[in-house]
Amino acid sequence: MGAHAHAANAGHAAGHHEHHHHEESFVSKWVFSQDHKMIGKQFLVTAIFMAWVAVIMSLIFRLQLAWPNEGFAFTNFFLGDKWAPGGVLDPNMYLALVTIHGTIMVFFVLTGGLSGTFANLLIPLQVGARDMASGFINMLSYWFFLLSSVIMLASLFVEGGPASAGWTIYPPLSALPKAIPGSGTGMTLWLVSMTFFIASSLMGGLNYVVTILNLRTKGMKMTRMPLTMWAIFLTAVLGILSFPVLLSAALLLLLDRTLNTSFYLSDIHLAGEALEQTGGSPVLFQHLFWFLGHPEVYIVLLPALGITSEIISTNARKPIFGYRAMIGSILAIGFLSFIVWGHHMFVTGMNPFLGSVFVATTLLIAIPSAVKVFNYITTLWKGNIIFTPAMLFSIGLVATFIAGGLTGIILADSALDIAVHDTYFVVAHFHIVMGMSAIFGMFAGIYHWFPKMYGKMMNTKLGYAHFWVTFICAFGVFFPMHFIGLAGAPRRYYSYTEFPMFDSVVDLNIVVTVFAIIGALAQVLFTYNFFYSIYRGPKAVQNPWKSNTLEWTTPVEHIHGNWPGPIPTVHRWPYDYSKPGKTEDWVSQITPLDPGEEEH
Amino acid sequence: MTKLLILIVVVLGILAVAQLARVYELTSKLRGKREEEIFDADNRMNATLMWLFPIAYFGFFLWLVMAYGDKMLPVAASTQGVDTDALMNFNWWILIITFIVTNILLFYFAGKYVFSKDRRAYWQPHNNKLELAWTIAPAAVLAVIIIFGLNTWQNITAPALPDAMSMELYAKQFDWTARYPGNDGMLGATDYRVISGENPLGIVTEATINKRLEEISLEKADTEKELGGLIADSRREELEHRLGYLDRIAARIVNLRMVMAQDIKTKGAASAYLHGADDVVTKDFMLPKGRETNILIRSRDIIHSAYIPHLRIQMNAVPGMTTSMKVTPTITTDSMRTIAEVMQQVDEINAIRAGKGQSPYVFDYLLLCNKICGAAHYNMQMTLTVTTASEFDAWLAEANKKPFEPASTNAEQPAAADGGIAAMPVNGNDSSTN
Repeated sequence: MGAHAHAANAGHAAGHHEHHHHEESFVSKWVFSQDHKMIGKQFLVTAIFMAWVAVIMSLIFRLQLAWPNEGFAFTNFFLGDKWAPGGVLDPNMYLALVTIHGTIMVFFVLTGGLSGTFANLLIPLQVGARDMASGFINMLSYWFFLLSSVIMLASLFVEGGPASAGWTIYPPLSALPKAIPGSGTGMTLWLVSMTFFIASSLMGGLNYVVTILNLRTKGMKMTRMPLTMWAIFLTAVLGILSFPVLLSAALLLLLDRTLNTSFYLSDIHLAGEALEQTGGSPVLFQHLFWFLGHPEVYIVLLPALGITSEIISTNARKPIFGYRAMIGSILAIGFLSFIVWGHHMFVTGMNPFLGSVFVATTLLIAIPSAVKVFNYITTLWKGNIIFTPAMLFSIGLVATFIAGGLTGIILADSALDIAVHDTYFVVAHFHIVMGMSAIFGMFAGIYHWFPKMYGKMMNTKLGYAHFWVTFICAFGVFFPMHFIGLAGAPRRYYSYTEFPMFDSVVDLNIVVTVFAIIGALAQVLFTYNFFYSIYRGPKAVQNPWKSNTLEWTTPVEHIHGNWPGPIPTVHRWPYDYSKPGKTEDWVSQITPLDPGEEEH
Repeated sequence: MTKLLILIVVVLGILAVAQLARVYELTSKLRGKREEEIFDADNRMNATLMWLFPIAYFGFFLWLVMAYGDKMLPVAASTQGVDTDALMNFNWWILIITFIVTNILLFYFAGKYVFSKDRRAYWQPHNNKLELAWTIAPAAVLAVIIIFGLNTWQNITAPALPDAMSMELYAKQFDWTARYPGNDGMLGATDYRVISGENPLGIVTEATINKRLEEISLEKADTEKELGGLIADSRREELEHRLGYLDRIAARIVNLRMVMAQDIKTKGAASAYLHGADDVVTKDFMLPKGRETNILIRSRDIIHSAYIPHLRIQMNAVPGMTTSMKVTPTITTDSMRTIAEVMQQVDEINAIRAGKGQSPYVFDYLLLCNKICGAAHYNMQMTLTVTTASEFDAWLAEANKKPFEPASTNAEQPAAADGGIAAMPVNGNDSSTN
């Protein structure tokens, strides 16, 4: 397959791309670009903007949680007198903020932003292709993503406010505008936005899968692909299989909302009136939602784990330990992620036997996860570690993956889940294991591939400051939440002071909020470093990290088609770091094997 | 204004740090150092921080345990909760040990193997024995966790004992209502279409059906009257729409009456439709100590969740279906107030409340809503009182004197007249027809 693809690819590129290279107009280069590198950067910049929106939202509701019912100019500045009279956050707006914060972070930052950026940037570069299989569909994927982002942001400004039923938008709350103000136009826009988002995600995903399967260069066997590629490949497969289910769930919900169908509605008496819908089930929506929702966790996490595998190996100057075991765990995690969704629904009244099955499958995921952690640690053992900011964030990911993964064992155990379900314990768990791990992976990727993206270097010192403050604050914010949860405090409460039960633990909310504010400020450092370095950063060399993978054999200045000459042939796996018998501590994938040299 | 100033100062501070970093960048440029080359000093600094971090990390963890460990939920007050806590503690031991060991290894290696030009990393692409070992070890530990966990899960979720009393928790935005069986020991059937001001839970009896139909025909008459007058087209459309709605709902209620008649015909005295009139609808949520109770949960509007943290039980309230959870409380509210651990927590809370000039706190079990349900979600709670079984029986007997439908209005119903029904087995499993 490799040889075949190579021939087709090289022929395709020879005259064609070179020919078009000089004719690019401003619009086709910067706006409607079909070049995967540019599309990757477009995803990234959009995601950074969306992340800031979500961060500011979280600061607003963190202020309310730490100092309930106090007025803040900050809150009033962003929300105005309608939603924050006197700077005091409105309870409906509180729910809207947690909803949109979750939606943006999960979908727009950690799915669109993370996969969109690194799949687009890295797939053709790391497998050795001129571009994605379909540059046009790839471009559409970005523009659908941007459109869905714009619609989501527009929903913030409608009468009644944006969707407020939580990012999981369980009906009937999300289906009935009379149940909550946010279930009006705001909810419709949420669904429309997600429809475009899913379309974007599917177009991207199909492209990623096709490109990885068909356009690998000569010699790039599947078992010679960097782990980043394996992770992104599985991510795309998960997305293709699960996002359509969310789309159908969303469409049925739209029908319930607009045409009075009753897929999710039955026997409801609201605002003094019996609704006519009968026979549906709200639990059906939960099944459909989590059939996407759980693989989604891995859609978010796997690219981060792939990125980290690459960066840890490069900067430890040591092959990733257990390459095949790493691939095996990615495959196992991907497979298992489809049969665990019910663990989000232990207290919906599901058949206890069915619950048992989900307990077993869920806890099984801990095995490949543990293998990954042990392999990361062993890769560091007797390494020769260079602490680039990317390396720091990668090690940070391993730490958050451990801390968050372990509490997952509690939540997967249905009997224990009953006691802590929907409490702050859950908030702590998924923010650490999914939020922090994935965002650390994303930061690691940005620092590592910034020279590839922009041909410039980011400032290392600022990167250090960014990492350490962020790392400390991540634990400062989310660690105390375990304790708030174990005190029995439910999540999504506007305040915990209406009754005295939580009076002795709520001061932890102040600790959390202070860390959250400092952590958010550290992101100013990052944003500054990122944008400043694009324009004023020192020029990058071709292979700054002395890395083995193919992307570092392309010229610093981006060209259409990636390689000026023919696409190089791959002769070895990507992890020949510190290989005995070599003078350098790295060997590029394009270096042929010495006579008698074993591959690894 | 001060806050704005603080913000400005902070932003300026960040910019200052950024500028310092730039100065650093320029000086290294002057020295001919490239950005991607990491200084030995930087490597060593980060390596040191890798060793210092876990100290801060574990220290923070320890501080949280010391300062807040005794503010967590006190002793579980139900047999189900005691099982849960035993499982939880078992899991914690495994998790905390794993947490400490893996973190120590991670940060120790990260700090120890810092880059040196004179050294090369150890070439070790894989080691099958090692990999097999750490696949099997977690698998074995997880097997134990799964077996222990499923065992507990089965105990907690097994059907309630046949003679357990069934009571109902009913959720709506934003409050809870409780329903207990009357002297007949059974909860009556319900239907959301007969809900009205006097019948908030939609209990179905001949009387509630008639009442609801009467209300609808009154509204219909009013609507038709208005339609007969001179009105705007938009209003006319609205009223005609309303009329259609009322007709359809009325037809469904008539249908419900037929279903009810049929059910009574086939099941006789066992029909749930005969047992609603004497139900007790109350805002007092009471449970007896030492007796297994089957709690049935329904919702009127959207999904809520019945969460009683001290008993470690939780179940969603889903419109259109009845969910259930069983519980056997082991400590009465009064005894709980005298447990040292609880008294200490209450004292702490009261010290805080005194400082804020708030009224003192007395311990109570709370039923909390734990599924996002709207603006007042955060205050949708109800006090649970656990009493001794005899106190509970006395309370229920007293409450039974005020049934949902006083005897005078339902005298024609066999449920109240037939003394034999009181001897029916107490069983809630078939009490709801939803």
